[in-house]
Amino acid sequence: MELTGAQILLESLGREGVDVIFGFPGGAVIDIYHQIPNYPNLKHVLVRHEQGAIHMADGYARATGKVGVCLVTSGPGATNTVTGIATAYMDSIPVVIITGQVPTPLIGNDAFQEVDIVGITRPCTKHNYLVKDITKLAKTIKEAFFLAQSGRPGPVLVDLPKDVQQQRCVFNYPKKVALRGYNPHYDPNVKQVRKVAELLCKAKHPVIYAGGGVISSSASKDLTKLAQTYNIPVTATLMGLGCFPGDDPLWLGMLGMHGTFAANHSISNADLILAVGARFDDRVTGKLSEFASKATMVHIDIDPTSIQKNVRVDVPIVADCRLFMEALNREMADVAQQKDACVPKDKWLAQITEWKTKHPLKYKPAAKGGPIKPQSVVEAIYKITKGDCIISTEVGQNQMWAAQFFNYKKPRTLLTSGGLGTMGFGFPAAIGAQAAFPEKLVIDVAGDGSIQMCIQELATAVCYNLPVKIVILNNGYLGMVRQWQELFYDKNYCSTCLDVAPDFVKLAEAYGAAGFRVTEAKDLDATLKKAFATPKACIVEVVVDPEENVYPMVPAGKSITEMILV
Amino acid sequence: MRHILSVLVENEPGVLSRVSGLFSGRGFNIETLNVAPTLEDGVSIMTITTIGDEQIIEQIIKQLRKLVTVIKVVDLTEVKNVEREMMLLKVAAEEGKRAEILRIVDVFRCKVVDVGFDELTIEVTGTQDKLTALINLMQRFGIKETARTGAVAMRRSMQ
Ligand SMILES: Cc1ncc(C[n+]2csc(CCOP(=O)(O)OP(=O)(O)O)c2C)c(N)n1
Repeated sequence: MELTGAQILLESLGREGVDVIFGFPGGAVIDIYHQIPNYPNLKHVLVRHEQGAIHMADGYARATGKVGVCLVTSGPGATNTVTGIATAYMDSIPVVIITGQVPTPLIGNDAFQEVDIVGITRPCTKHNYLVKDITKLAKTIKEAFFLAQSGRPGPVLVDLPKDVQQQRCVFNYPKKVALRGYNPHYDPNVKQVRKVAELLCKAKHPVIYAGGGVISSSASKDLTKLAQTYNIPVTATLMGLGCFPGDDPLWLGMLGMHGTFAANHSISNADLILAVGARFDDRVTGKLSEFASKATMVHIDIDPTSIQKNVRVDVPIVADCRLFMEALNREMADVAQQKDACVPKDKWLAQITEWKTKHPLKYKPAAKGGPIKPQSVVEAIYKITKGDCIISTEVGQNQMWAAQFFNYKKPRTLLTSGGLGTMGFGFPAAIGAQAAFPEKLVIDVAGDGSIQMCIQELATAVCYNLPVKIVILNNGYLGMVRQWQELFYDKNYCSTCLDVAPDFVKLAEAYGAAGFRVTEAKDLDATLKKAFATPKACIVEVVVDPEENVYPMVPAGKSITEMILV
Repeated sequence: MRHILSVLVENEPGVLSRVSGLFSGRGFNIETLNVAPTLEDGVSIMTITTIGDEQIIEQIIKQLRKLVTVIKVVDLTEVKNVEREMMLLKVAAEEGKRAEILRIVDVFRCKVVDVGFDELTIEVTGTQDKLTALINLMQRFGIKETARTGAVAMRRSMQ
């Protein structure tokens, strides 16, 4: 049977198991929108800005592990997604972006709403396509989904000209994908795994340094088993939080610029580092030459380009993190049994406990009657929810406090823009996660600056009854930048004070959401509880200490043990 | 060190910009780049020469392999190879100088492919060194224009 391009697209999405798409219409995709009502299994969420659509698709993908999909028109619709595409690219999140394009005869003519989106997004997509031939459409969609979620996941964009959407051809969805130039390597080398097991056994001061790859490859169960069986302490990057239970005694906390004393000192004193699905970001390593300088470095990553990029690696392993962890657990059982020579880790763990007790994450508690401390808000959220919720964050101090003062226990419970650090990400990402899990409590921990970047999506949340909770830590500043100005730029607070702010409570109400304001510590818990129990989207604006800073802090370019403590 | 990379790619729109964009976006440098179709339908070969330390070259090769439209990357510097470049060189050649220029053309086993009143266009093929040597020799007559293909290279058969 012959179908139009628009129908082929929607049929193909069905074959890929897509149940929701986030989108915004326009002339170049009107043919697709014309067909959407005929596909009742496909829910379309109409956003208010295309940046919202891509972040929602991304949040959906982070929370579920499935591919997120967004649909936008050509030109301005397409360019509005670029920040979100780059965000997903940096954090290796599987999303498929469908953009409309002007009809093929007009391409290259500066036609109305034409933009070379394939050219624009080439450096920030895993791959992208311009479909000029209707007979290649189904195959292209199949490839796009395959590429987005295999190997190192990432965003894939498909640009679809209007005339191709209107043409007809027989629909035949391919079963398999064959791409000569694309063969991700999943299985770890057996000898290398053996070597790692022996190194781990012999190591006196081993540390597991886990990244987002552990979460995206579903390796956290196996990683947790390894750590707990052999008493190996675990630290994680911002992207790795949740891959190891944050309440386990072996948990060191996050490492890096705003990492814990114990994590950074463990790395610096380690004799063996097992880096799993992490990429040695500069926010993690600080001064490279001093990062883990005493350690034998083992690095596992699905992406060969991550290995040896920043740091010298002694044992490089290109593999899927989960397959590697499974193999390592098997091998460890064998090695540990053969050689009871496995070095006991008690001394190392005692040292770590000492670091943890001496220098826990802390902050100066609020003075009597003084302003609320932002950290205490995150702690309150943790206490009330017992950690049973999905947290998304904006970017800045709010993000770091949400990383530090909440114990993530399960993968995919923290959604945050790690690589690109995109303000405006958290709220739409929370909507995406809520669309996937309507019953779960989803909370965006926000700054007063960031939340204003995609605030218009309140309408989307209200429209689809997605009861996302936004907790704004309102410090009246672009806090993280102000912190840098305070510490390194002579307190020249140029353009970081948000003098004019909306009344967030009224704003929430104007959109049909609920709004709460907390100014006194005594009201915090009760208000949060009330908001979390409200069955609709809410803003809780908490007026916090305007000058509070994120500590510990490693100044840029310094070694990670040169920390400014509270 | 200078490396010669042989890159087999799908011949489709945008493939060149994917490759060149990878270099520019990551701060790598392309010295020469040459692309043309192979005997196989839909497949082209690029020869890229680039300069960098071992770590950079390793990154370049891995990043190239990561592109979905790149089928194969070989670092020819690591094997015995044949490398050639073609150049057209237009040199000033007044009456009195012509004979000497033609003598050099002969010694270098290159060809005159176009003759004007007071200039000659020479086609020369060879290694970078040979091309440089010819340029050096011709400089004193006055070189008016050059056009070079950039290196093309292959693994040697017997090794
Ligand atoms: C889109 C975007 N623009 C600018 C920045 C730079 N930036 C990083 S943190 C920050 C301040 C964020 O302020 P706010 O959202 O109020 O959060 P706070 O740090 O006060 O918690 C800024 C401007 C960014 N990360 N993203």
